[in-house]
Amino acid sequence: MKIIISNQSELPIYAQIREQLKEQILNGQIPEGSTLPSIRQLAKEVGVSVITTTRAYSDLEAEGFIASMQGKGSVVLPIDNSLLKEQSLMRIEEGLTTAIETARTMGMSEEELLEIFKNLLER
Amino acid sequence: MELLEVKNLSKHYKAFDLQNINFTLPKGYIMGYVGPNGSGKSTTLNLITNICKSSEGEIRINGISCEEDAVAYKEQIGYIGDEFYFPDTFKVKNIRRVLKNFYPTFSEEKFDGYLNKWKLPEKKPIKDFSRGMKVMLMFASVLSRDTKLLVLDEATNGLDPVMRTEILELLQEYVMDGERSVIFSTHILSDLEQIADYIYFIHQGRTVLYDAKDELIENYLLIKGERSAVSGELKKELIGVIDNAYGFEALLPSDKAGLLGSDFHYEKPNIDQIVVHYIKDGR
Repeated sequence: MKIIISNQSELPIYAQIREQLKEQILNGQIPEGSTLPSIRQLAKEVGVSVITTTRAYSDLEAEGFIASMQGKGSVVLPIDNSLLKEQSLMRIEEGLTTAIETARTMGMSEEELLEIFKNLLER
Repeated sequence: MELLEVKNLSKHYKAFDLQNINFTLPKGYIMGYVGPNGSGKSTTLNLITNICKSSEGEIRINGISCEEDAVAYKEQIGYIGDEFYFPDTFKVKNIRRVLKNFYPTFSEEKFDGYLNKWKLPEKKPIKDFSRGMKVMLMFASVLSRDTKLLVLDEATNGLDPVMRTEILELLQEYVMDGERSVIFSTHILSDLEQIADYIYFIHQGRTVLYDAKDELIENYLLIKGERSAVSGELKKELIGVIDNAYGFEALLPSDKAGLLGSDFHYEKPNIDQIVVHYIKDGR
């Protein structure tokens, strides 16, 4: 498990921890069934507040990546593919929305934008 | 479970009033107590440690007030200020003896463990200790007792960054079991930026802000730009505008970001900047 906190990042610290753990769960570096360090342990190791790590874990729990089990701590759950798909979809939409907004502020036409999109797809 | 409860705490002096301080600190968390010089930080902390007596209000540690049971109340507290409180002529062995006689929960073994770890000399008189060594000696004497609340009043003043980092780790270790808490005041707000769970900010004896640190930082944006670009509506929302020859800097509540448009630069503020702009604002 690897966590790097950046003070320059746009993301708040809890979100940085959440995203890094998520990535490592998804690519298998943190395998299904393994136990994450306790909230307090992690806070101390990374040098952040307990509230920050609590929030990162509760987000991961809400998104179905981990579950807190009595006496065992936070355990990594099997990756749910439908959940994964839904999240990727969200990310794609987010990215495209940013592109569209930028295009609009520049006054770019729909055709021009589609043209860029097509060109990029063919790369 | 709350470890420290402070209710309607007020204290009146001739030239200064501490007014209506209210907060709770749950078990296992760290609170940073911030404000400029003379804002009432030490007064509050001294009321908590009962160095000075409260004129109004209530303070409880683990449900116990000092009026009900002064011994049980005080035994839960470990206090470190920015002044060294053992006589200069003392050596470590004298301090060990005093602590042993005064505190039933004092552990000689733990104390000697810290002395070894921080290489504090047994035979030198305290007056020959550096500032850093004195602070570490105070930490050793406090941490070798079974306390529930650490009260630190500018304890890390004058320490180098390496030592400060070591102390921050100590504090996190202290709260690790979820049964003990820390309240500390400091001028070096980057210390708080890292480990504090809650921030209590006072100015001129009154509460300015009190929130979880993460919330506090997310609730504001630091705005920079040209004064002429500020609309009337935006102007009303800006907190603590500081002008310079080429532009201004101010805080803006994050939920008002919609008023900004593309004319301004904005970023996440740190605690220092929140404090500075609120004081400039004078609210």
